[in-house]
Amino acid sequence: MNLTALHSWILTLVTFTPLAGALLLLLSPRRDREIRWFALGISILTFVLSLHLIVHFDAAKKTGFNFELDRAWIPTPNIHYHLGVDGVSMWLVVLTTFLTPLCVLISWKSIHDRVKEFFIILLVLETALIGVFVALDLFLFYFFWEATLIPMALLIGMYGHGRKVYAAIKFFLYTMVASVFMLAAILWLYANTNPHTFDFVTIQNAIHSGQVPNFFAAAQWLFLGFFVAFAVKVPLFPFHTWLPDAHVEAPTAGSVLLAGVLLKMGTYGMLRFNLGLFPDQARANAWWVMVLALIGIIYGALVAMIQPNMKKLIAYSSISHLGFVVLGIFSFTPSGLNGATFVMLAHGISTGGLFMLAGILYERRHTYDIAEFGGLATPMPKYAAFFLFIVLASVGLPLLNGFIGEFLVLNGAFQARAVYGILGATGVIWAAGYLLWMYQRVFFGQVTNPINRMLPDLDLRERIALLPAAVVALVMGVTPFLWLNTIDPAVQTMLVPFTQVASRMVGQ
Amino acid sequence: MNTALPQIPDYLRILPEIVLALFGMIIMLIDPFLDERRNQKTLGAIGLVGALVAIASTFCMAKQPGAGFWGMVHVDSFSVFFHFLVTAVTALVILSSYEYMQVQQIQAGEYYALVLFGALGMCLMSSAVELVLIFIALEISSISTYILAGFRRRAAVSSEASVKYFLLGSFATAFFLYGVALMFGATGSTSIEIIGQKLQEGPVSVLAYAALALMFVGLGFKVAAAPFHVWTPDVYEGAPAPVVGFMSTAPKAAVFAVLLRIIFEAHAPGALWLIWIAAVLSMTIGNIAALVQTNVKRLLAYSSIAHAGYTLVAYAALPANGIPSAMFYAASYAAMNVGAFAIISHFAGAGERYVTVEDYSGLGQRSPVLAATLTVFLLSLIGIPMTGGFFAKFYVFSAALQNHLTGLVIIGVLNSAIGAYYYLRIIVAMYMREPQVETEVAPISFSLGSAIAISVIATLYLGILPGRVLEFASRSAADLVR
Repeated sequence: MNLTALHSWILTLVTFTPLAGALLLLLSPRRDREIRWFALGISILTFVLSLHLIVHFDAAKKTGFNFELDRAWIPTPNIHYHLGVDGVSMWLVVLTTFLTPLCVLISWKSIHDRVKEFFIILLVLETALIGVFVALDLFLFYFFWEATLIPMALLIGMYGHGRKVYAAIKFFLYTMVASVFMLAAILWLYANTNPHTFDFVTIQNAIHSGQVPNFFAAAQWLFLGFFVAFAVKVPLFPFHTWLPDAHVEAPTAGSVLLAGVLLKMGTYGMLRFNLGLFPDQARANAWWVMVLALIGIIYGALVAMIQPNMKKLIAYSSISHLGFVVLGIFSFTPSGLNGATFVMLAHGISTGGLFMLAGILYERRHTYDIAEFGGLATPMPKYAAFFLFIVLASVGLPLLNGFIGEFLVLNGAFQARAVYGILGATGVIWAAGYLLWMYQRVFFGQVTNPINRMLPDLDLRERIALLPAAVVALVMGVTPFLWLNTIDPAVQTMLVPFTQVASRMVGQ
Repeated sequence: MNTALPQIPDYLRILPEIVLALFGMIIMLIDPFLDERRNQKTLGAIGLVGALVAIASTFCMAKQPGAGFWGMVHVDSFSVFFHFLVTAVTALVILSSYEYMQVQQIQAGEYYALVLFGALGMCLMSSAVELVLIFIALEISSISTYILAGFRRRAAVSSEASVKYFLLGSFATAFFLYGVALMFGATGSTSIEIIGQKLQEGPVSVLAYAALALMFVGLGFKVAAAPFHVWTPDVYEGAPAPVVGFMSTAPKAAVFAVLLRIIFEAHAPGALWLIWIAAVLSMTIGNIAALVQTNVKRLLAYSSIAHAGYTLVAYAALPANGIPSAMFYAASYAAMNVGAFAIISHFAGAGERYVTVEDYSGLGQRSPVLAATLTVFLLSLIGIPMTGGFFAKFYVFSAALQNHLTGLVIIGVLNSAIGAYYYLRIIVAMYMREPQVETEVAPISFSLGSAIAISVIATLYLGILPGRVLEFASRSAADLVR
């Protein structure tokens, strides 16, 4: 096949392969075993296709996006099917395609009821998630953004446990209500560009060259419209209350994708749209956003510390980690943005891993209660080893993936204002505290609960599901430049308007 | 006035109406000659054929653009659009009524005749450009629906619905007629075109404002816009489910067409504020009241009030954007609502026993296909991407925004977020709760199945490739405001 044609269609291929798989599953008979294998095959195929992006990515490309495709979709209003990735979004796509096969593996046995529907929903969710990261038309972006809602809510509501319906509805309404503000802002931008367009690049150029009438009067509101939608998704303090509920009740695969990818939609959105379209407003609002991020880091960590429920602990740790990402983004420094992107990826891997590990334990004991366990290292040595590895990655041990990102973020925060860096750095200490303490309570000492003495260790499937996450966590920690080489140019491009703002300010 | 006899093109311009009237009368004539058991099948089939021929004759009509019958009707792409919409909805409703009538053991051949007569009135409304003719058409359509609402004769609620609808409806049409009279007094004409010219030329008299307000009351009642909406929940609850599917879509679409002509073609003065208030009230009251409903039919009644509000938002926009978006809204609302009521009518069972949200618990397991299609319709009603309802809302709001009605758009957008909750309750019940009702869901008959399938396809088509429909609607708008 012609390579340039492949380059322009590869994103479409990656995005819609899972959906095609889901449609095929829809028509297939209910044979659970085959359905599992098929879903695994499709998700691995998608991952392999997405590797094409890494191999052929042109980081040196000066203008525009890689693998761009721009076709008219609907003439009125002027909606385009415009896809493309830069160094940041490409890695998020790969993160999604990487985590999905692991989700399939980890759900192999734990999902035994309505199996067909489960994998259909999972694959549809994958398409929507990838779509969010590759869309360059604001309309298309909103389209995929909303499309992620239903499959995720269904995963929680249909396959979750406990107060699953409550959690699903809460999740749905929170994000739905927040994203209508973004829709209003998008519609405003469309109505005020001439000619009317949803195209991200065109709108960005129009804004930066001052061709959007009434922009300055509305810019603050537009910034907030986008920001609220993203802040709820991240979730930034004080919009975070849906997250612990959703995580605790969700099935393992749902938690993995929720923490691993869905939350990054919010931080990615801030990076792409809040910074990309409204640099002046981003700068003006940075102080309170960073304060909220710091509150999130510290508050999330403190609340995680006292959680009796393992999954809730990991959920609150996500709030804390995502605070780092927001802190890095709103420092407007290359280091901060690089770090934020790196934390997004690292958190996806390590928290995804933690949720998988928690899910494995839940399959055996049907509880997440930390007090139920103790001394698990004796009956489950392999499990304990994996757990320790991922915990250390999450804590930010040097040479594992958590360290680099947090270091860069804190470096960026220091450059912005030293006190932000200092306060943020305490978050690293807290993280070590709550995660290691949890690890100690679950694994060390004597087996306190006699039921736990008989727990089987990891089987082959579980090891296959966990190993990739552990390996990637190590590789990302040892050779971060493989990632940063492509992230950095994208980040520099994003920061161009900010250096211009700065020089304008100096000029005055 | 030209007193010459009507020519053949004149008749061609009302061909769908003629077809509908003919088939309606055939049904009435044949009905007495058929024995009770077989008449359902035959009459339903004749009704369906009538609706299909009417759809086909719409295309004949489209080939004869221009004014007919001394300027009483006007065939343009606008009226063709609504003719097609109304006749298509009619066909779908007949398809979905067939099984329902059997299950409910309603034996009444005139049912199909009334549906066709109602459709006749609605078609005529969309091409009439003369207020008196509009009034006659409105009456034809209303009287049919009054009777249809009471068709579950054994159920008291149904009779209540019919009487309530009739009393309040006649009251509302009287308002409309009063408005027409005042408008004649103010401008000396009942032709929309001449009224438009007069209103633009000189100073607008108080009489014209009063006329417009009265006409708006009458039409607002028919589309169930707040504050004229009070009848809706009771009538929707009592009326047979397929009839609700019919009367919440086709007559509404036709009345919205009339409203479009009056507001945009007659350049109605001061309409913006009427529309603004009615839209905000409808959206807010509809959505908030729907939150607490337990009966699915009542819930969808309030939802239909809310959707009337969203549609009205388009009327506050400029004609070039407002008209096409209102037309698109009418079409996509028709697709999803007819489909939703088709499913509700099937699931309700004999005597419409299962109509509460509770009854829908576990439907996802008991009848996966039915549940999945109902989910599509509900998602479309919420306005989730990939469904017609999404683009409908989207066009309406962006049209209003282009007229700088930011406040109205924000209210609308917030409302659609509130609305998500109650539709979601049904989806949640279907998929996330255990079944409450032990009875089996009856297998779907072929006719109902095809009605549902067509509605799903239409909903998804409008949600994925809305371009062609919207383009057609935009051209109609250009025709209309010439």
